[in-house]
Formats: sequence, C-alpha cells, structure tokens
Amino acid sequence: MLCDECKERPATVHVTQIINDQKSEVHLCEVCAKAKGHLGFAFKPSFSVQDLLAGLIQQFSEEPELPIDMSFRVSDKCEVCGMTLEDFRRTGRLGCGRCYDEFREQLEPLLRRLHGSSKHIGKLPRRVGGIAHLKRLEGQLKKELQKAIASEKYEKAAELRDKIHQLEKDIKRGEVS
Amino acid sequence: MDIKDEIFAGWMRDDGPETDVVVSSRIRLARNIDNLAFTHIAGHDDLDKVLRTVEEVIKSTRDLADMKIIDLDSLSVFERELLVARHLISPELAQNWERRAVILSEDNESSIMVNEEDHLRIQSLLPGSQFQKAWEMANRVDDLLEAKLNYAFSEDIGYLTACPTNAGTGLRGSIMLHLPALKRTNQIGAMLNAVLKLGLAIRGTYGEGTEATGDMYQISNQITLGQSEEEILENLSGTARQIIYQERNARSVLLKEYRSKVEDVVYRAYGLLKNARILSSEEALKLISEVRMGIYTDIIKGISASVINELMVIISPAYVSKVEDRELSSYERDVKRAELVREKLSSISIL
Repeated sequence: MLCDECKERPATVHVTQIINDQKSEVHLCEVCAKAKGHLGFAFKPSFSVQDLLAGLIQQFSEEPELPIDMSFRVSDKCEVCGMTLEDFRRTGRLGCGRCYDEFREQLEPLLRRLHGSSKHIGKLPRRVGGIAHLKRLEGQLKKELQKAIASEKYEKAAELRDKIHQLEKDIKRGEVS
Repeated sequence: MDIKDEIFAGWMRDDGPETDVVVSSRIRLARNIDNLAFTHIAGHDDLDKVLRTVEEVIKSTRDLADMKIIDLDSLSVFERELLVARHLISPELAQNWERRAVILSEDNESSIMVNEEDHLRIQSLLPGSQFQKAWEMANRVDDLLEAKLNYAFSEDIGYLTACPTNAGTGLRGSIMLHLPALKRTNQIGAMLNAVLKLGLAIRGTYGEGTEATGDMYQISNQITLGQSEEEILENLSGTARQIIYQERNARSVLLKEYRSKVEDVVYRAYGLLKNARILSSEEALKLISEVRMGIYTDIIKGISASVINELMVIISPAYVSKVEDRELSSYERDVKRAELVREKLSSISIL
C-alpha cells in the first residue's frame, strides 16, 4: 500500500479517526505522517524514567505554596554547570553536584516521593564526608545516653555525656574550618 | 586471548550459592566527581578529564593497577555489543560509546564504567546468590577510588547522581533468577505483584516488554535514599529467598505430577539445540531455559550450567555477528547461531 499523501513511499502509519460517527482511515508513510503530526501520537510513546520524572517535577513546581518564588527561580542558573530549573524539568536529570543545592526546594519533595525519604543514612566517604561521621556518631551516643539514664546506669551516662561534649566541640571546629 | 574476544565472564561459573535458581547477583554504585558537569551535559573536555583522572587513579593505586582499561572508542560495534551480552557494560554505554571506557578486573567480576549516566558506575557481578560478597567487592573498589577522588556528596542527600532516582547510596542491587517452574504453573503474575509492593522492580532479562524469554527475571531495588546499603540488600535477598523457595517447590510438584512430560520437554530441547540448523535467538533462549531446568532437576547429567550460561552469550546477535565480523541478515544469523550452538555442544555427551 502506498502513502495516501505522497503516493510514493509505502504506507507504514495507519490512522483511524472517528469524528461525529464518521469513520475515516488515512494511510501514510513515515515522512508524511511526521509532517502531518500523526507520528508523535501513533508511534513510540515516550515513557523513559526521565519523561516520567519530568512530569513529577512539573507537578511539584506547580504547587501553590511557591508561586512568586518560582517565577524568580526559573531563570536561576546553577553556578557550576549552568543548568536551569527549566532544564531539569525537561530532562529529569541534574547537571552537577551543585544543582542539588541550587534546586533544593524543588528536589526535596521529589526525593521524598521517589524514596520515601530525603535523608541519607548509608555509607559516608572519608574524604568529602566532612563532619558527617561525627554528627552521626553524636546521634548514636545521644540515643545510648537516654538508654543509660532510663536504666539508671549513671556512671555510664556520665561517660557518654563527656564523650558527646567532646564531639560537639569537634563538630563546631569542623564547621568553622 | 584478548579480553574483547572472550565469551566467558565470572558470573557464568556454576559454583555460586543457589545456582539452581539464581544465575547471578550484581551490585552497582553510582558515583560522580565533584565540580564537574554530569556526563549528559559534559563537553568533550570534561569527559576527557574524567577519563584521564580515573585512569591515573587506577594506575597509581596498587590494588587496582591490575585492572584493564578498555576505551570503547577502540572497539568495533560487535565488540561493544558482546561486552553487553556478557553483562560487563550497560546497553546505554555501548550506544553512547564516544569518550567512554570500561575498566575490568582480571576475573571480570569487578568493573568500572566511565562516563555512563554517572561519571563512575562501579559494578561487581558474581555467580549465584551472593549480594554480601558483591557488596564487599564494590565497596572496596569504591574506597580505593575515593582515597584519591573527591566525590560529589552531600551530608543530607548522600552521593549525588545525575538522576535523582539513584541519589543517596547510589546503590542498585539486582539478582537474576531462572523461574521456569513458576512460569509453567502460572504463578509469575502473583509473584510480580508481591515484589512490586515491596518497592522492588522486576523485569524480564531477555525479551521485549513484560514477556521474559528464557524465563529469566531480574529483581532490583528502586529506593536508594533513606535506607542503609545493608537494609537495601537484606530486603532484596529476603525477597529472593522466598522466590527461590517457591520455585523449588513448583519444580518438585511438576516433577511429581508430570515427570514424563518434564523429561520430554528437557530432552526435546536438548535434541533441538544439538541438531537444529536454523535457530532464532528467541527459540534458543527458550530451549536453553528448558535444558537448564533439566540440569538442576537431575534429569540430564554430564552438562554443566556454566556451559548453559556461555550458550546465552554465544546465541546473542552480537556474538554471532562478531564471529563473522560483518552485519548479517537475520536468516544468516539464525543459520550461523545454530552452527555455533552445535559446535559448543559437540564435545558434550549427556548421561
């Protein structure tokens, strides 16, 4: 079967339309279908992770709580890679590590939606993990301290309290430097 | 033999735990270098910089220096596809191969893809069910790289990745399961639903869409943030344990109720693989699955599962084309495929 439009190439796209109970069929080649705008619809539905993510980002950015801020942020660019929020919405991908800071407001709800959380509790790298190790240790010791107090082990509690004080100092020093 | 001509990869060995159901376990860690644009928007200079930086780290780290760096630019299209068929690189890396590399350990069990969606994708791939060991291996390579690289990392969000679906641990664990008996007893649908509810993803390893040709299914975690690596992997192994148990049950029920029928399917499949003159990859995958089931239900002896795993690579369009080193028509490919399978099985006599 040849294309209804150009009558040259074989028809590979078949479009059935029903308008006011009138059924009409059109048979087109790929080139003519693309020109008539049928191809995007009839062919290749695009459901990559990026497309679906882009949809999610759209949804969050349309939340009413940020209307004024948003219009300002749209033109905001990441200072390291030049990525804009608009680019992120379109591609579903960030441009560099700094983007996570730049677009934090939009990302946090998205991360919670994707993972159920926006707080990392896994592995920490030694070099760039910074004082995250210390903070996590502090959290653990505080929990132990509460347990020690609850079970009236006051000697252990005092020991833990001293350790936490020392850690707090280290963390402060780390934050300053 | 040159690494790009080999068929074998470590995951194809048959000495892993639970290989009757579990083909392989894979860990992948996504990492990026700080202050550089992610791969998808990086210019040539940035991509080259990542390649050079990683190469220097590999060469200057005693425990990594044995790894082989393969520039994908230097390979033919068939050679790249063959690396995909051996599960050593992703299909995405083979498609976008310019300024990309893969770094392989000697046993092919550890690899690092450079300039995939993230600058680094550290992977370990082992036969059978061994997430713990795979995690230890990938974690060690990660530690060694991190000793010399500044990763893109934030205290709150963790490892920063190009796609937010990987952020946090950057960890994707996946396990490849062979489930012929669950398939034949129509229990796959129920299993799919249960797995999805646990926040895990499942897909057919081969074949299009939802149809899993060769009864191979891959289960992987979707959540990468807010859970520790150990929790993620425990969740995956726990689910896998249940499925392994169910598959074994289904196999023994099938054997008890329909022994002759199962034997017939297995021997027919073996006979076809050994004698067919034309084999499509789809038919070959189906037959290989049936023979694999025969091996692990002790119906046929004298052929090892690692031969079966190698066959899965031999029948890939990439390997068949590579042997002839030219683009083949699908008919030519099916003829050549049947010949290669016969050749591989010619030295084997089953008991």
